Amino acid sequence: MTSEAARPTAPLVRAARPAWAIFGERVLVGIIHVSGVSAIIFVLAIFLFVFREAAPLLFSDRFSLIEFLFSTEWYPTSASNVRYGTLALTVGSFAVTGVAMAIAVPFGLGAAIFLSEFCGRRTRESLKVVIELLSAIPSVVWGFVGLTVMSRLIVDFTGAPVGVNILNGGIILALMSVPVIVSIGEDALKAVPDSFREAALALGATRWQLVYRVLLPAARHGLLAAVLLGVGRAVGETMAVLMATGHAAQIPHGLLDSVRTLTANIAAELGEAPAGSDHYRVLFLTGLLLFCITFVVNLTADLVVRGRRRGEP
Amino acid sequence: MSEPRNSATLFVRTREVARKELAERVAQAVFGFMAAALVLPLLAILGYLAWKAAPSLNWEFIVDVPRKGMTEGGIWPAFVGTLYLVFLSLAVSAPIGVMAAVYLNEYAKDNWLNRMIQLAVINLAGVPSIVHALFGLGAFVYAARFGYSILSASLTLAVMTLPVIIASTREALASVPMSFREACWNVGATRWQTIRAIVLPNSISGILTGLILQVSRAAGETAPIMFTGAVFFKAAERGDLFPYRLGEQCMALSMHLYTVATQVPNVQESIPYATAVVLLGSVLLVNTAAILLRVWLRGHKKW
Repeated sequence: MTSEAARPTAPLVRAARPAWAIFGERVLVGIIHVSGVSAIIFVLAIFLFVFREAAPLLFSDRFSLIEFLFSTEWYPTSASNVRYGTLALTVGSFAVTGVAMAIAVPFGLGAAIFLSEFCGRRTRESLKVVIELLSAIPSVVWGFVGLTVMSRLIVDFTGAPVGVNILNGGIILALMSVPVIVSIGEDALKAVPDSFREAALALGATRWQLVYRVLLPAARHGLLAAVLLGVGRAVGETMAVLMATGHAAQIPHGLLDSVRTLTANIAAELGEAPAGSDHYRVLFLTGLLLFCITFVVNLTADLVVRGRRRGEP
Repeated sequence: MSEPRNSATLFVRTREVARKELAERVAQAVFGFMAAALVLPLLAILGYLAWKAAPSLNWEFIVDVPRKGMTEGGIWPAFVGTLYLVFLSLAVSAPIGVMAAVYLNEYAKDNWLNRMIQLAVINLAGVPSIVHALFGLGAFVYAARFGYSILSASLTLAVMTLPVIIASTREALASVPMSFREACWNVGATRWQTIRAIVLPNSISGILTGLILQVSRAAGETAPIMFTGAVFFKAAERGDLFPYRLGEQCMALSMHLYTVATQVPNVQESIPYATAVVLLGSVLLVNTAAILLRVWLRGHKKW
């Protein structure tokens, strides 16, 4: 190609690539464009395929959506009195997530502030590596830790009859969602322009005053998004809560009660539910409910971040 | 302005200043404690698991097959099964993810479609793993008639890892300076030629780092493969590297840990711990490799 272009005899002819190369490039660019929208395709496909399995039950008259959402009676395999009420499971999910967030949000944001404002470069780099490794621990290993280590600790310290309960699941989920909160939170703090910091320091503020008077208000959208993403992670977590929360479908009355979550319920029962049965379809419907919950949470987080970008410098 | 104070009163340590300094020190200590509280569990967990696993943690454990209803023996079929799932899923998600990132970073204009794609990537990353399992069951096992198989499980994992690959690849592509591309366009290269000759070679190591991280993520996931192709037990030869075919079900390390920890009675006590250590060890090893690669890269960046 280059030698042709350099030929002095045909200076006005544009160096042409072979037809197959041009055609090949077009095909490739086409494939790249299709891949580009693959994320949209998959999100829609997930919704459609889960919906497709749930739909026959959703639109049949055996089934009441009100009961599904607001009844606490979950007796999917009962011979005489079959009930598909997921309220207890939803409450279980939110109870565990709430406990997890009560621990993870202060620790996560505190660690993010420490990382971004209070420590040197070397400490920051090594802490970030640790947090990255923490986020890499598989959920089934966390579940195993909850089942063995944490449950024994909880029984020893609180005297609870069983160690697998809301508190256990909450602590495990907190440890799992903290890395998300720290890394997104630190990004949010980093995104505050240095001129803000310089202005505060020039006025004689200490670093603590700088943090709570300047940085927290300036980065509040990003920090909120960090918290929301942590919530999303905690709500959707399956294996860890399956193994650590005790798996009792009931409305909990205290931190030391066992619960069952929406996710764990699917994981535990899908294997036993015959394909095409009502039980099977109701589990898919639960999945649809979860999909919608996390969709809303993630969408809100994204809108919040976008609000920050648009509204502030 | 009031009358000028002399230097002695100007720099005196008033109670206000002392209070400020105390608050500063308290804040630093509290935040430092919170950060340290994240390091401790990692070390404590690693130490405890390794200590409990020690009796059966040896090479024999990895290459041996489970015996006596999984109460004794090793984890070889699960280990190989995980390798199958990880590499097959990445073989699907890596090309699609990289090309999607190329599209987003190099071709897409800043319009509503681009906005939709980013929203989809974020939401796909946030879909709970058990919903991925339902999707895999509905789409690959039943609708596509792949059955409960390695193929279905890998495809499910591929969909799950896709958004993160897109995000990390995009970051790697975005770190290539715009001037590199402009120089290439200016000598008459097309968009794709620029991508192939300039953008990809300059970002390949960043892309690889992102892919390596997904190896460990795919290896650790349990829920998505539980109902699409992983089984509690499958017979295999000791040390056999190719015990499975694509249409068969397989064992997986993460699933095996769940099984021996919760479903099998009378397991030799160190076996679940050893399984956890092997899984955790492989995952952390892969992640450490990726981190080292990244650190090395940052030191060798030419621009």
